[in-house]
Amino acid sequence: FEEKYIATPEDLDKLRNDGRLMFGQVPMVEIDGMELVQTRAILNYIASKHNLYGKDLKERALIDMYIEGMADLNEMIIIFPIHPPGEKEAKLALIKEKTTNRYFPAFEKVLKSHGQDYLVGNRLSRADIHLVELIYNLEEFDPSLTASFPLLKALKTRISNLPNVKKFLQPGSQRKPPMNPKSLEQAKKIFRLP
Amino acid sequence: MAAKPKLHYFRGRGRMESVRWLLAAAGVEFEEEFLETREQYEKLQKDGRLLFGQVPLVEIDGMELTQTRAILSYLAAKYNLYGKDLKERVRIDMYTDGTLDLMMMVAVGAFKPPAEKEETSAKTRYFPVFEKILKDHGEDFLVGNKFSWADIQLLEAILLVEELDASVLSDFPLLKAFKTRISNIPTIKKFLQPGSQRKPPPDSHYVAVVREILQF
Repeated sequence: FEEKYIATPEDLDKLRNDGRLMFGQVPMVEIDGMELVQTRAILNYIASKHNLYGKDLKERALIDMYIEGMADLNEMIIIFPIHPPGEKEAKLALIKEKTTNRYFPAFEKVLKSHGQDYLVGNRLSRADIHLVELIYNLEEFDPSLTASFPLLKALKTRISNLPNVKKFLQPGSQRKPPMNPKSLEQAKKIFRLP
Repeated sequence: MAAKPKLHYFRGRGRMESVRWLLAAAGVEFEEEFLETREQYEKLQKDGRLLFGQVPLVEIDGMELTQTRAILSYLAAKYNLYGKDLKERVRIDMYTDGTLDLMMMVAVGAFKPPAEKEETSAKTRYFPVFEKILKDHGEDFLVGNKFSWADIQLLEAILLVEELDASVLSDFPLLKAFKTRISNIPTIKKFLQPGSQRKPPPDSHYVAVVREILQF
Protein backbone atom coordinates (compact mmCIF):
# COMPACT_ATOMS: atom_id res chain seq x y z
CA PHE A 1 0.00 0.00 0.00
CA GLU A 2 1.02 3.61 -0.57
CA GLU A 3 0.81 6.40 1.95
CA LYS A 4 0.28 10.14 1.58
CA TYR A 5 1.12 11.97 4.74
CA ILE A 6 -0.73 14.99 6.00
CA ALA A 7 2.11 17.26 7.18
CA THR A 8 0.42 20.66 7.38
CA PRO A 9 -3.02 22.13 8.07
CA GLU A 10 -3.15 23.06 4.39
CA ASP A 11 -2.81 19.40 3.38
CA LEU A 12 -5.91 18.58 5.48
CA ASP A 13 -7.78 21.65 4.19
CA LYS A 14 -7.16 20.58 0.61
CA LEU A 15 -8.58 17.10 1.20
CA ARG A 16 -11.63 18.66 2.83
CA ASN A 17 -12.12 21.34 0.19
CA ASP A 18 -11.78 18.78 -2.59
CA GLY A 19 -14.70 16.92 -0.99
CA ARG A 20 -12.67 13.78 -0.46
CA LEU A 21 -13.41 13.35 3.25
CA MET A 22 -17.03 12.43 3.74
CA PHE A 23 -17.29 13.76 7.29
CA GLY A 24 -14.28 16.06 7.07
CA GLN A 25 -12.12 13.53 8.91
CA VAL A 26 -9.24 11.15 8.30
CA PRO A 27 -8.35 8.26 8.02
CA MET A 28 -9.19 8.04 4.34
CA VAL A 29 -8.23 5.13 2.12
CA GLU A 30 -8.43 5.09 -1.68
CA ILE A 31 -9.18 1.53 -2.70
CA ASP A 32 -10.98 -0.13 -5.60
CA GLY A 33 -12.17 3.16 -7.02
CA MET A 34 -13.61 4.37 -3.71
CA GLU A 35 -12.55 6.97 -1.16
CA LEU A 36 -13.36 5.25 2.12
CA VAL A 37 -13.57 6.96 5.49
CA GLN A 38 -14.55 5.76 8.99
CA THR A 39 -11.96 3.39 10.36
CA ARG A 40 -14.42 0.57 11.02
CA ALA A 41 -15.85 0.73 7.49
CA ILE A 42 -12.34 0.63 6.05
CA LEU A 43 -11.26 -2.29 8.23
CA ASN A 44 -14.49 -4.23 7.59
CA TYR A 45 -13.97 -3.87 3.84
CA ILE A 46 -10.34 -4.95 3.86
CA ALA A 47 -10.99 -7.87 6.22
CA SER A 48 -13.90 -9.13 4.09
CA LYS A 49 -12.01 -8.72 0.87
CA HIS A 50 -9.02 -10.67 2.18
CA ASN A 51 -10.93 -13.43 3.97
CA LEU A 52 -10.05 -12.40 7.49
CA TYR A 53 -13.61 -12.03 8.73
CA GLY A 54 -14.72 -15.57 9.55
CA LYS A 55 -16.54 -18.09 7.42
CA ASP A 56 -20.15 -17.14 8.22
CA LEU A 57 -22.36 -14.66 9.99
CA LYS A 58 -21.94 -16.20 13.46
CA GLU A 59 -18.14 -16.20 13.24
CA ARG A 60 -18.31 -12.63 12.04
CA ALA A 61 -20.48 -11.71 15.05
CA LEU A 62 -17.90 -13.19 17.42
CA ILE A 63 -15.06 -11.40 15.63
CA ASP A 64 -17.02 -8.14 15.78
CA MET A 65 -17.70 -8.54 19.48
CA TYR A 66 -14.02 -9.16 20.23
CA ILE A 67 -12.68 -6.37 18.06
CA GLU A 68 -15.16 -3.80 19.35
CA GLY A 69 -13.85 -4.45 22.86
CA MET A 70 -10.31 -4.06 21.54
CA ALA A 71 -11.30 -0.81 19.82
CA ASP A 72 -12.60 0.59 23.12
CA LEU A 73 -9.24 -0.11 24.78
CA ASN A 74 -7.28 1.05 21.75
CA GLU A 75 -9.21 4.33 21.78
CA MET A 76 -7.89 5.03 25.29
CA ILE A 77 -4.35 4.43 24.04
CA ILE A 78 -4.79 6.67 21.00
CA ILE A 79 -6.13 9.56 23.08
CA PHE A 80 -3.59 9.15 25.88
CA PRO A 81 -0.87 11.44 24.45
CA ILE A 82 -3.36 14.29 24.19
CA HIS A 83 -4.19 14.43 27.90
CA PRO A 84 -2.57 17.27 29.83
CA PRO A 85 0.41 16.12 31.94
CA GLY A 86 -1.55 16.37 35.21
CA GLU A 87 -4.10 13.81 34.00
CA LYS A 88 -1.72 11.35 32.41
CA GLU A 89 -0.93 9.32 35.49
CA ALA A 90 -4.58 8.65 36.25
CA LYS A 91 -5.34 7.79 32.63
CA LEU A 92 -2.43 5.39 32.45
CA ALA A 93 -3.59 3.66 35.61
CA LEU A 94 -7.05 3.32 34.07
CA ILE A 95 -5.66 1.81 30.88
CA LYS A 96 -3.65 -0.73 32.88
CA GLU A 97 -6.60 -1.55 35.12
CA LYS A 98 -8.97 -2.14 32.21
CA THR A 99 -6.35 -4.21 30.43
CA THR A 100 -5.67 -6.55 33.32
CA ASN A 101 -9.19 -6.70 34.80
CA ARG A 102 -11.48 -6.51 31.80
CA TYR A 103 -9.93 -7.10 28.40
CA PHE A 104 -7.00 -9.48 28.76
CA PRO A 105 -8.98 -11.87 31.00
CA ALA A 106 -11.78 -11.97 28.41
CA PHE A 107 -9.45 -12.93 25.58
CA GLU A 108 -7.41 -15.35 27.69
CA LYS A 109 -10.69 -17.06 28.56
CA VAL A 110 -11.71 -17.30 24.89
CA LEU A 111 -8.42 -18.97 23.98
CA LYS A 112 -8.64 -21.28 26.99
CA SER A 113 -12.23 -22.27 26.21
CA HIS A 114 -11.42 -23.81 22.82
CA GLY A 115 -7.69 -24.40 23.12
CA GLN A 116 -7.13 -23.41 19.49
CA ASP A 117 -4.40 -21.31 17.95
CA TYR A 118 -6.68 -18.48 16.85
CA LEU A 119 -9.48 -16.57 18.50
CA VAL A 120 -12.26 -17.56 16.10
CA GLY A 121 -12.97 -20.56 13.93
CA ASN A 122 -9.57 -22.20 14.29
CA ARG A 123 -8.28 -19.91 11.57
CA LEU A 124 -6.45 -16.61 11.33
CA SER A 125 -8.80 -13.63 11.33
CA ARG A 126 -8.60 -9.92 11.88
CA ALA A 127 -9.40 -10.54 15.56
CA ASP A 128 -5.96 -12.13 16.04
CA ILE A 129 -4.17 -9.35 14.20
CA HIS A 130 -5.94 -6.54 16.09
CA LEU A 131 -5.32 -8.25 19.42
CA VAL A 132 -1.61 -8.71 18.79
CA GLU A 133 -1.31 -5.08 17.68
CA LEU A 134 -3.03 -4.09 20.91
CA ILE A 135 -0.72 -6.26 23.00
CA TYR A 136 2.34 -4.63 21.42
CA ASN A 137 0.87 -1.15 22.06
CA LEU A 138 0.14 -1.97 25.69
CA GLU A 139 3.54 -3.50 26.30
CA GLU A 140 5.04 -0.16 25.27
CA PHE A 141 3.36 1.31 28.37
CA ASP A 142 4.23 -1.61 30.62
CA PRO A 143 5.84 -4.86 29.46
CA SER A 144 4.54 -6.74 32.50
CA LEU A 145 0.87 -6.41 31.50
CA THR A 146 0.86 -9.81 29.81
CA ALA A 147 2.60 -11.52 32.73
CA SER A 148 -0.49 -13.37 33.98
CA PHE A 149 -1.81 -14.25 30.52
CA PRO A 150 0.17 -17.17 29.09
CA LEU A 151 -2.22 -17.90 26.22
CA LEU A 152 -2.12 -14.27 25.07
CA LYS A 153 1.67 -14.37 25.19
CA ALA A 154 1.66 -17.51 23.07
CA LEU A 155 -0.78 -15.94 20.59
CA LYS A 156 1.45 -12.92 20.29
CA THR A 157 4.46 -15.12 19.50
CA ARG A 158 2.55 -17.25 17.03
CA ILE A 159 1.04 -14.31 15.13
CA SER A 160 4.35 -12.42 15.18
CA ASN A 161 5.96 -15.34 13.39
CA LEU A 162 3.53 -15.33 10.48
CA PRO A 163 5.68 -14.24 7.50
CA ASN A 164 3.72 -11.07 6.66
CA VAL A 165 3.51 -10.00 10.29
CA LYS A 166 7.16 -10.83 10.92
CA LYS A 167 8.15 -8.61 8.00
CA PHE A 168 5.94 -5.78 9.27
CA LEU A 169 7.56 -5.97 12.69
CA GLN A 170 11.02 -5.46 11.23
CA PRO A 171 12.71 -2.06 10.85
CA GLY A 172 12.06 -0.42 7.49
CA SER A 173 8.42 -1.49 7.31
CA GLN A 174 5.47 0.91 7.16
CA ARG A 175 4.70 0.33 10.83
CA LYS A 176 4.70 3.62 12.68
CA PRO A 177 6.44 4.37 15.97
CA PRO A 178 4.59 5.54 19.11
CA MET A 179 3.67 9.20 19.28
CA ASN A 180 6.39 11.40 20.73
CA PRO A 181 6.23 15.05 21.84
CA LYS A 182 7.35 16.23 18.39
CA SER A 183 4.75 14.23 16.47
CA LEU A 184 2.10 15.33 18.97
CA GLU A 185 2.98 18.98 18.29
CA GLN A 186 2.75 18.40 14.57
CA ALA A 187 -0.66 16.70 14.94
CA LYS A 188 -1.96 19.62 17.02
CA LYS A 189 -0.80 22.05 14.33
CA ILE A 190 -2.50 20.07 11.57
CA PHE A 191 -5.81 19.94 13.41
CA ARG A 192 -5.38 23.53 14.63
CA LEU A 193 -5.69 22.45 18.27
CA PRO A 194 -4.36 24.69 21.07
CA MET B 1 -39.66 -22.06 16.10
CA ALA B 2 -36.68 -19.96 17.11
CA ALA B 3 -36.86 -18.08 20.40
CA LYS B 4 -37.30 -14.33 20.15
CA PRO B 5 -34.19 -12.21 20.61
CA LYS B 6 -33.91 -11.00 24.21
CA LEU B 7 -32.45 -7.61 25.07
CA HIS B 8 -30.80 -6.87 28.43
CA TYR B 9 -30.44 -3.18 29.20
CA PHE B 10 -31.72 -0.31 31.29
CA ARG B 11 -35.30 0.78 30.75
CA GLY B 12 -34.27 3.58 28.42
CA ARG B 13 -32.60 4.40 25.13
CA GLY B 14 -28.84 4.58 25.68
CA ARG B 15 -26.87 2.30 23.38
CA MET B 16 -29.65 -0.25 23.00
CA GLU B 17 -32.13 2.00 21.20
CA SER B 18 -30.49 1.52 17.79
CA VAL B 19 -30.88 -2.24 18.26
CA ARG B 20 -34.58 -1.80 19.05
CA TRP B 21 -35.00 0.31 15.92
CA LEU B 22 -33.31 -2.24 13.69
CA LEU B 23 -35.30 -5.18 15.04
CA ALA B 24 -38.55 -3.23 14.83
CA ALA B 25 -37.84 -2.05 11.29
CA ALA B 26 -37.10 -5.64 10.26
CA GLY B 27 -40.44 -6.69 11.76
CA VAL B 28 -38.78 -8.93 14.34
CA GLU B 29 -40.49 -9.38 17.69
CA PHE B 30 -38.19 -9.20 20.68
CA GLU B 31 -38.30 -9.47 24.47
CA GLU B 32 -36.64 -7.21 26.97
CA GLU B 33 -35.26 -7.69 30.45
CA PHE B 34 -34.69 -4.37 32.16
CA LEU B 35 -31.80 -3.74 34.53
CA GLU B 36 -33.19 -1.97 37.55
CA THR B 37 -30.72 -2.80 40.32
CA ARG B 38 -26.98 -3.14 40.80
CA GLU B 39 -27.57 -6.75 41.91
CA GLN B 40 -29.11 -7.71 38.56
CA TYR B 41 -26.14 -6.22 36.77
CA GLU B 42 -23.62 -7.96 38.98
CA LYS B 43 -25.42 -11.25 38.44
CA LEU B 44 -25.07 -10.92 34.66
CA GLN B 45 -21.38 -10.24 35.17
CA LYS B 46 -20.82 -13.07 37.64
CA ASP B 47 -22.67 -15.52 35.40
CA GLY B 48 -20.11 -14.67 32.72
CA ARG B 49 -22.74 -13.47 30.28
CA LEU B 50 -21.11 -10.12 29.53
CA LEU B 51 -17.88 -10.61 27.60
CA PHE B 52 -16.41 -7.30 28.75
CA GLY B 53 -18.66 -6.87 31.76
CA GLN B 54 -20.89 -4.41 29.90
CA VAL B 55 -24.36 -4.09 28.44
CA PRO B 56 -26.05 -3.98 25.90
CA LEU B 57 -26.45 -7.75 25.80
CA VAL B 58 -28.62 -9.47 23.19
CA GLU B 59 -29.43 -13.16 23.34
CA ILE B 60 -30.00 -14.30 19.77
CA ASP B 61 -29.54 -17.52 17.81
CA GLY B 62 -27.83 -19.26 20.72
CA MET B 63 -25.30 -16.44 21.21
CA GLU B 64 -24.89 -13.86 23.94
CA LEU B 65 -23.82 -10.83 21.91
CA THR B 66 -22.41 -7.69 23.41
CA GLN B 67 -20.87 -4.59 21.79
CA THR B 68 -23.48 -2.45 20.08
CA ARG B 69 -21.89 -2.40 16.65
CA ALA B 70 -21.36 -6.16 16.63
CA ILE B 71 -25.05 -6.63 17.44
CA LEU B 72 -26.21 -4.15 14.82
CA SER B 73 -24.00 -5.63 12.08
CA TYR B 74 -25.25 -9.12 12.83
CA LEU B 75 -28.88 -8.06 12.71
CA ALA B 76 -28.42 -6.01 9.55
CA ALA B 77 -26.82 -8.96 7.77
CA LYS B 78 -29.34 -11.48 9.09
CA TYR B 79 -32.35 -9.44 8.01
CA ASN B 80 -30.99 -8.40 4.59
CA LEU B 81 -30.50 -4.77 5.48
CA TYR B 82 -26.78 -4.70 4.67
CA GLY B 83 -26.66 -4.17 0.90
CA LYS B 84 -26.22 -6.69 -1.88
CA ASP B 85 -22.43 -6.82 -2.06
CA LEU B 86 -19.24 -5.66 -0.42
CA LYS B 87 -19.25 -2.23 -2.06
CA GLU B 88 -22.79 -1.49 -0.89
CA ARG B 89 -21.89 -2.86 2.54
CA VAL B 90 -18.91 -0.50 2.91
CA ARG B 91 -21.09 2.47 2.05
CA ILE B 92 -23.64 1.38 4.62
CA ASP B 93 -20.79 0.98 7.14
CA MET B 94 -19.48 4.49 6.37
CA TYR B 95 -22.90 6.08 6.73
CA THR B 96 -23.96 4.17 9.85
CA ASP B 97 -20.60 4.69 11.51
CA GLY B 98 -20.83 8.45 10.98
CA THR B 99 -24.42 8.46 12.19
CA LEU B 100 -23.55 6.33 15.23
CA ASP B 101 -20.75 8.77 16.11
CA LEU B 102 -23.38 11.51 16.20
CA MET B 103 -25.81 9.36 18.19
CA MET B 104 -23.19 8.40 20.78
CA MET B 105 -22.58 12.13 21.33
CA VAL B 106 -26.29 12.57 21.99
CA ALA B 107 -26.57 9.44 24.17
CA VAL B 108 -23.84 10.59 26.57
CA GLY B 109 -25.13 14.16 26.35
CA ALA B 110 -27.77 13.34 28.94
CA PHE B 111 -25.01 12.64 31.45
CA LYS B 112 -22.99 15.77 30.77
CA PRO B 113 -23.46 19.42 31.63
CA PRO B 114 -25.25 21.23 28.77
CA ALA B 115 -22.11 22.82 27.32
CA GLU B 116 -21.53 20.65 24.24
CA LYS B 117 -24.01 21.05 21.40
CA GLU B 118 -24.65 17.87 19.50
CA GLU B 119 -27.17 19.56 17.22
CA THR B 120 -24.43 21.78 15.82
CA SER B 121 -22.42 18.74 14.75
CA ALA B 122 -25.55 17.37 13.13
CA LYS B 123 -26.15 20.52 11.14
CA THR B 124 -22.61 21.18 10.03
CA ARG B 125 -20.89 17.83 9.73
CA TYR B 126 -23.41 15.04 9.31
CA PHE B 127 -26.73 16.16 7.84
CA PRO B 128 -25.19 18.04 4.87
CA VAL B 129 -23.44 14.82 3.88
CA PHE B 130 -26.63 12.81 3.75
CA GLU B 131 -28.54 15.58 2.00
CA LYS B 132 -25.84 15.50 -0.70
CA ILE B 133 -25.96 11.71 -1.00
CA LEU B 134 -29.70 11.80 -1.58
CA LYS B 135 -29.33 14.68 -4.01
CA ASP B 136 -26.57 12.99 -6.03
CA HIS B 137 -28.48 9.79 -6.79
CA GLY B 138 -32.04 11.07 -6.45
CA GLU B 139 -33.19 7.74 -5.02
CA ASP B 140 -35.51 7.04 -2.12
CA PHE B 141 -32.95 5.21 0.02
CA LEU B 142 -29.34 5.97 0.91
CA VAL B 143 -27.74 2.88 -0.67
CA GLY B 144 -28.54 0.70 -3.65
CA ASN B 145 -32.05 2.02 -4.16
CA LYS B 146 -33.18 -0.33 -1.42
CA PHE B 147 -34.11 0.01 2.24
CA SER B 148 -31.12 -0.73 4.48
CA TRP B 149 -29.71 -0.29 7.97
CA ALA B 150 -28.30 3.07 6.83
CA ASP B 151 -31.82 4.47 6.35
CA ILE B 152 -33.02 3.23 9.73
CA GLN B 153 -29.96 4.60 11.53
CA LEU B 154 -30.31 8.00 9.86
CA LEU B 155 -34.01 8.29 10.67
CA GLU B 156 -33.31 7.47 14.30
CA ALA B 157 -30.58 10.13 14.39
CA ILE B 158 -32.83 12.74 12.76
CA LEU B 159 -35.62 12.20 15.28
CA LEU B 160 -33.12 12.26 18.13
CA VAL B 161 -31.57 15.56 17.10
CA GLU B 162 -35.00 17.07 16.40
CA GLU B 163 -35.78 16.49 20.07
CA LEU B 164 -32.88 18.85 20.84
CA ASP B 165 -33.70 21.32 18.04
CA ALA B 166 -36.96 20.99 16.16
CA SER B 167 -35.73 23.13 13.27
CA VAL B 168 -32.58 21.12 12.56
CA LEU B 169 -33.86 19.96 9.14
CA SER B 170 -34.91 23.40 7.96
CA ASP B 171 -32.07 23.62 5.43
CA PHE B 172 -32.34 20.00 4.29
CA PRO B 173 -35.42 19.44 2.09
CA LEU B 174 -34.38 15.99 0.91
CA LEU B 175 -33.81 14.82 4.47
CA LYS B 176 -37.26 16.13 5.36
CA ALA B 177 -38.79 14.07 2.58
CA PHE B 178 -36.63 11.11 3.55
CA LYS B 179 -37.83 11.37 7.15
CA THR B 180 -41.46 11.28 6.05
CA ARG B 181 -40.91 8.44 3.64
CA ILE B 182 -39.03 6.17 6.02
CA SER B 183 -41.39 6.96 8.90
CA ASN B 184 -44.25 5.67 6.76
CA ILE B 185 -42.75 2.25 6.22
CA PRO B 186 -45.30 0.02 8.03
CA THR B 187 -42.92 -1.58 10.55
CA ILE B 188 -41.41 1.79 11.39
CA LYS B 189 -44.76 3.53 11.51
CA LYS B 190 -45.83 0.95 14.08
CA PHE B 191 -42.66 1.46 16.12
CA LEU B 192 -43.27 5.21 16.18
CA GLN B 193 -46.71 4.80 17.70
CA PRO B 194 -47.39 4.87 21.44
CA GLY B 195 -47.29 1.45 23.07
CA SER B 196 -44.30 0.22 21.05
CA GLN B 197 -40.98 -0.80 22.58
CA ARG B 198 -39.43 2.51 21.61
CA LYS B 199 -38.07 4.26 24.68
CA PRO B 200 -38.60 7.92 25.69
CA PRO B 201 -35.79 10.47 26.00
CA PRO B 202 -33.71 10.09 29.18
CA ASP B 203 -35.04 11.90 32.23
CA SER B 204 -33.41 12.50 35.61
CA HIS B 205 -34.79 9.23 36.98
CA TYR B 206 -33.19 7.23 34.15
CA VAL B 207 -29.87 9.01 34.63
CA ALA B 208 -30.01 8.27 38.37
CA VAL B 209 -30.74 4.57 37.82
CA VAL B 210 -27.90 4.19 35.33
CA ARG B 211 -25.45 6.05 37.57
CA GLU B 212 -26.37 3.79 40.45
CA ILE B 213 -26.14 0.54 38.53
CA LEU B 214 -22.89 1.44 36.77
CA GLN B 215 -21.56 3.24 39.85
CA PHE B 216 -20.30 6.47 38.31
